[in-house]
Amino acid sequence: MSYFLRKLGFYAIALWAALTLNFAIPRMLPGNPVDILLAKLQQRGGTVSPETREAYALLLGGDDSSPLWKQYFDYLGNLARGDLGVSVSYYPANVSDVISQSLPWTVVLVGLSTIIAAVLGVALGAFVGWKPGTWLDSLVPATTLLAAVPYFWLALILTYLLARVLGWFPLQGGYDVTLTPGWNAEFIGSAIHYGFLPALTIVLASIGGWLMGMRNMMVSTLSEDYILTAEAKGLSPRKIMRSYASRNAVLPSVAGFAISLGFVVSGSVITEQVFSYPGIGSRLLSAVQNNDFALMQGVFLFITLAVLGANLVVDMLYGVIDPRTRARS
Amino acid sequence: MTNPNPAAAPAADEAAERLAATSAEDGRPIRSGWRMLLPTMTPWLAVGLSLVVGITLFGLIGPFLVGDPEQIRDQGLTGPSGEFWLGTTQTGQDVLAQLAHATRGSLQIGFLVGVLATLLSAFFGIYGAYKGRFVDEAFSLLSNVFLVIPGLPLIIVISGFVPRESRGLWTIAVVLAVTGWAASARVLRAQTLSVRNRDYVAASQVAGERPWRVIMVEILPNLLPVIASQFVFAVIAAILGEAGLSFIGLGASNSSTLGTMLYYAQNGFALSLGAWWWFIPPGLIIAMFGTGLSIVNFSIDEIINPKLKNLRLHRKRARRAARLERQLTRTASADPEVSDR
Repeated sequence: MSYFLRKLGFYAIALWAALTLNFAIPRMLPGNPVDILLAKLQQRGGTVSPETREAYALLLGGDDSSPLWKQYFDYLGNLARGDLGVSVSYYPANVSDVISQSLPWTVVLVGLSTIIAAVLGVALGAFVGWKPGTWLDSLVPATTLLAAVPYFWLALILTYLLARVLGWFPLQGGYDVTLTPGWNAEFIGSAIHYGFLPALTIVLASIGGWLMGMRNMMVSTLSEDYILTAEAKGLSPRKIMRSYASRNAVLPSVAGFAISLGFVVSGSVITEQVFSYPGIGSRLLSAVQNNDFALMQGVFLFITLAVLGANLVVDMLYGVIDPRTRARS
Repeated sequence: MTNPNPAAAPAADEAAERLAATSAEDGRPIRSGWRMLLPTMTPWLAVGLSLVVGITLFGLIGPFLVGDPEQIRDQGLTGPSGEFWLGTTQTGQDVLAQLAHATRGSLQIGFLVGVLATLLSAFFGIYGAYKGRFVDEAFSLLSNVFLVIPGLPLIIVISGFVPRESRGLWTIAVVLAVTGWAASARVLRAQTLSVRNRDYVAASQVAGERPWRVIMVEILPNLLPVIASQFVFAVIAAILGEAGLSFIGLGASNSSTLGTMLYYAQNGFALSLGAWWWFIPPGLIIAMFGTGLSIVNFSIDEIINPKLKNLRLHRKRARRAARLERQLTRTASADPEVSDR
């Protein structure tokens, strides 16, 4: 049980670190975000009451009246109540409302394409690593090309070829704007059609890492004694590959999920910009361009929260499927 | 111990020569310690090295050979031609000239961040693991936390808060390095933990060496291939990260990199105007350079990763078998009696 407690403790610390970073960054860097924000707000027709000013100052610093530790606790209190301030670029919407509108788009897009990439990459990697030294295996370094391609550039190329030249997919957007969002077949079909290119970009760009990791583990598993034993027992090679080698080789890929998810999320933030996808990445970038600091921080917090949550789930699963991790701690 | 007796050197040379002579008779070359640290030359490694060297040379020498990348002409958006090999941008700027300067900018920031991130990861990874106990716990917790916090959103937020005027090359480099050292610190920590417990390290500690000397002289040389591989990864990550940052307009304000080129291409509607010569080359350079470095790393990995030792053995065995087979067929064709045996 202590494995699970340790993991929970670690993610609690990571969460606290992210919250603290979020608090510290605007206070450590030059510039006065509160004034820029309030000026923007007035432009948009918002009234700047002393309370608004105080709320922004808590979030972004620049308030000299109360000591830093008090600001810190007030900031944590505001977050606990889900109060992230008012967005300037989507005035008068709250930051949390803007985020909750766009979050599902990103979660579905990134979640689905990560799962597809992981399953495909691991399966291909197991297949290739099973016979090291063959011509198929010597093609593996070619997949590094995919890993070294910038996500957004791949997105540009795919858009150019599949959307502009061939016209199979729309250039940008998340769904057909003539439809009203809802749970009907027409809308979901349009969302899939529009989401295909962004998803393809993410799958193509991230599959190389999964393939390579699985293939390397497969090669090292081949020299284990239990493989030799299985062969000596006269089991069929397919059974050995599936039930003996792959099962053990896949463990580090699962454990490495944390790192890869971070990469995929980072890549998809910019990919969304290329497609003007209505997800959280586009919101983050438009917030940056509009100096909407409150929205910027809110989006960062939510992305971090989502990544930490996904990792926590995977780590818990890992503890269940690999008993050694529990025994070690 | 580290200072060999100069008088003994010629004798050693002689011995080495004799060794070389005997092994030449065997038909097998001798392998010195250094040879084992260097990757074996495979076709893939050759491809990777030539990509890296070629693009580096293009970035170093290219800017001297091309014209002014900023010069505006009245021939906007023309495709590749004899005058402009890679065509022109919307304002008639020479894409090739821009590409040469941008490659230099990207390499510069990649190298800078690579060095900074490697230094950070070496400090947190090696020093922490060597010290052990509390320092190790604290450092590895720190690097694990940095590892799970998604890097690019953090970079975007930091760059968003820095006013455009004060967003220089060094600011971007430091931000990229601070968010990018954690993964390699973890790798270095694991390696240091295994090296730290070897007998010669214990011996030098007992002999009263100071911690820094033990780390620099006894431990660091063992980690060099790992550090090299982590450095290569850091350079790739930095170039990719910077390109992404510049692409969304958050890069260093006074620099021109491949990401900036893509930013202008995107904002100049290169995509919808079909100006492929404008947005394909910058990304291609990044992809090729990254691929080259990854392939080099792939070869380094086969040396430092004990789990991949098999692979080298497999390959060597396969090669030797192929050579023997060739020899056999050659002798067989020359001397038909041999094949009967």
